[in-house]
Amino acid sequence: MSEPLLSIRGLTKAYPGVVANSDVSFDIQPGEVHALLGENGAGKSTLVKMIYGLVKPDSGEMRVRGAPYAPPEPQAARAAGVAMVFQHFSLFDALTVAENIALGMADPPAMRDLAKRIREVSETYGLPLDPWRVVGDLSAGERQRVEIIRCLLQNPKLLIMDEPTSVLTPQEVNILFETLRKLKSEGTSILYISHKLEEIRALCDEATILRLGKKVATCTPRDTTAREMAELMVGTELHVPSREYREPGAVRLALNGLSVKSPGQFGTSLKGITLEVRAGEVLGLAGVAGNGQDELLGALSGELRSASAMVVLDGTEVGAAGPGERRRMGLLTAPEERLGHAAAPDMSLTENAALTGAERKGIVSGGFLNWGRARDFAKEVIARFDVRTPGTENAARSLSGGNLQKFVIGREVMQDPQVLVVNQPTWGVDAMAAAVIRQALLDLAAGGAAVVVISQDLDELMEVSDRFGALNEGRLSEIRPAKGLTVDEIGLMMGGSHDMEVAHV
Amino acid sequence: MDLSAINPVLLVASLMVAATAVMIAAIGELIVERAGVLNLGVEGMMITGAICGFAVAVQTGSPLLGFVAAAGGGALLSMLFAFLTQFALANQVASGLALTLFGLGLSALLGQGYQGIKPPATPRLDIPMLSDLPVVGRILFGHDLMVYFGLALVAATWAFLKYTRAGLVLRAVGENHDAAHALGYKVIRIRVMAIAFGGACAGLGGAYISLIRVPQWTEGMTAGIGWIALALVVFASWKPWRVLLGAYLFGGVTVLQLNLQAAGLAIPVEYLSMSPYLITILVLVIMSADKSRAPASLGRVFHATH
Repeated sequence: MSEPLLSIRGLTKAYPGVVANSDVSFDIQPGEVHALLGENGAGKSTLVKMIYGLVKPDSGEMRVRGAPYAPPEPQAARAAGVAMVFQHFSLFDALTVAENIALGMADPPAMRDLAKRIREVSETYGLPLDPWRVVGDLSAGERQRVEIIRCLLQNPKLLIMDEPTSVLTPQEVNILFETLRKLKSEGTSILYISHKLEEIRALCDEATILRLGKKVATCTPRDTTAREMAELMVGTELHVPSREYREPGAVRLALNGLSVKSPGQFGTSLKGITLEVRAGEVLGLAGVAGNGQDELLGALSGELRSASAMVVLDGTEVGAAGPGERRRMGLLTAPEERLGHAAAPDMSLTENAALTGAERKGIVSGGFLNWGRARDFAKEVIARFDVRTPGTENAARSLSGGNLQKFVIGREVMQDPQVLVVNQPTWGVDAMAAAVIRQALLDLAAGGAAVVVISQDLDELMEVSDRFGALNEGRLSEIRPAKGLTVDEIGLMMGGSHDMEVAHV
Repeated sequence: MDLSAINPVLLVASLMVAATAVMIAAIGELIVERAGVLNLGVEGMMITGAICGFAVAVQTGSPLLGFVAAAGGGALLSMLFAFLTQFALANQVASGLALTLFGLGLSALLGQGYQGIKPPATPRLDIPMLSDLPVVGRILFGHDLMVYFGLALVAATWAFLKYTRAGLVLRAVGENHDAAHALGYKVIRIRVMAIAFGGACAGLGGAYISLIRVPQWTEGMTAGIGWIALALVVFASWKPWRVLLGAYLFGGVTVLQLNLQAAGLAIPVEYLSMSPYLITILVLVIMSADKSRAPASLGRVFHATH
């Protein structure tokens, strides 16, 4: 066996109160696609930040091709041939593609030459990109191409990819995989971080699984089932949400040609959305981020008003009603952004419970707040959804993403809505919490409510939906029964591949 | 009323002088804001620069040393702001306001004993032949050196932001400091340097008022020019040439309204006096309707989390 490209021995990093990585060791061979697998908070991000020179390890050593490697800063990592594509894109919206790429290079050529090289590389790898466009106007998939090309221009030996597929359509994922396989065939190693197990099985040669900062297993993904890997990740058996088929009831929520102009400069306006959701039914709405999801949630919650007849709740026209009125009538929503939209970050859980539950839980009387009731309500949510927090008086900000998400969804579920609309209910949430949330949504539907789940996670939608549609540039596709839909069909409903093409070399 | 008393050549020549102080201060603040820092202390740094420059020029007899001292004084004061906001992570708005109040008080203290003195004169550009040309000579070749310095500064700032790598990094830091940090750029160091540059420019702008424009020292003599510089940056959409335009507009209307007052125009003096502020802001508001945005990280506290 040849000398490993990168070898990591006993890497440890502790932050005050938490050990992010404890004694992690593994090797990456040249030309290998190596998966790093783990729940949120398992220490994947810290580990790659150490490899990329953003964080200094407390102890342990790294070697690149046998030579000691301890990058004090990212420039040193890049000089050693390590490049990284970030999870939350590290791009500058107001700058052009070429400027963004120049910023990621140690010694960039003049802009015009750089633009030429960008075109060359982007064509070679099937990632078309105009160097002079402003990044703020690009789609999520195009933004990722900018990051990838930025890395490729430096001819990296090791490419680190942090959750690269979370913002892509299935077709875009396929094209990304083609690009990665081509890189692999050229001898580039890839460290691929994800918690999407099927992707890892399709792409990766080796997998290192982390749990709570420790390496718990190494496996060959092709020979391991997704379920086995998932259980290694969480350390216990996974509970798969259960559901039984029911005959749907009366129409609870109907949208009739809903058109709303987006309030944001980069937003997507809704164009003639028509749908019905019946009692006991879960409608799943897929779509790549930025295709009108936020606007649809806003139009349903009452943050965006429309013509009265466009939104009909249990036979009453509510399009012109505000959020409070809709809440009273039983139309509840949970938006995507946990901190700042669904919850006020610096307010306590009690206060956050009162913010949406005030009317339906009798917390307000005569203009005065009954804090006792608010606290009881918060306690109920915490107990039923197993929210891990020291108490009801802790700030929402202090909870982990998964716990806060359980609280935010639980808060709405426990108000017995007639209709519940959620956007990205399990975004950035670990597998256990996600299972709890999905089960709660299914139980709610079983109890006779209508549920709309807007999500970018197709596995999630297939798990919970009875019927399925997709948003694309503010329009809704045809709505079809979820059972029996193939990934290709779904991809087409989502608007196809956004002009990507397969690498042609 | 006698409008013929207004000499257009003189008007243009004097508007260039009237605009220089606000222009230099605004260019400094433009760089600061492009790096993502909102320093509301421009007025305080200007007045501190005004007295530092005035005192040193009077003591040494050299206006040049005066301007150097003014830049140094402004930059030194801005380091207080840099320490508060970049290292102590204090709120930028509050720190900037405090800096203005502090600068006004400090300058009054330093200025004890300098009232009523005349500073040494600053040399004017005097090119034989050229400066004697009719009209053009007076407008283009007859000013003090700081007027040309201001124009060169605008051009240099524009070229720096547009064509140099350092300028690109500065813009990147102001646009998304987390991403810039992730790419390995020293956000705090770059911002501190930008703040120092902003302070030096504000100091120069202040000294221009006390050494050339007025020229003498009185307490609070910057009279809100620092605030106008701040407004200019915003309404100029953070673009250097628009700062120049705004400053000349402001200077032009200031000079014009003084001329109109002298000519006895039948409009109450109060309206004329407020006209430079109104017209400048109105024009720039209309121009800034082209969707150009503020640097996205403007005013946000940066704290490296890893």
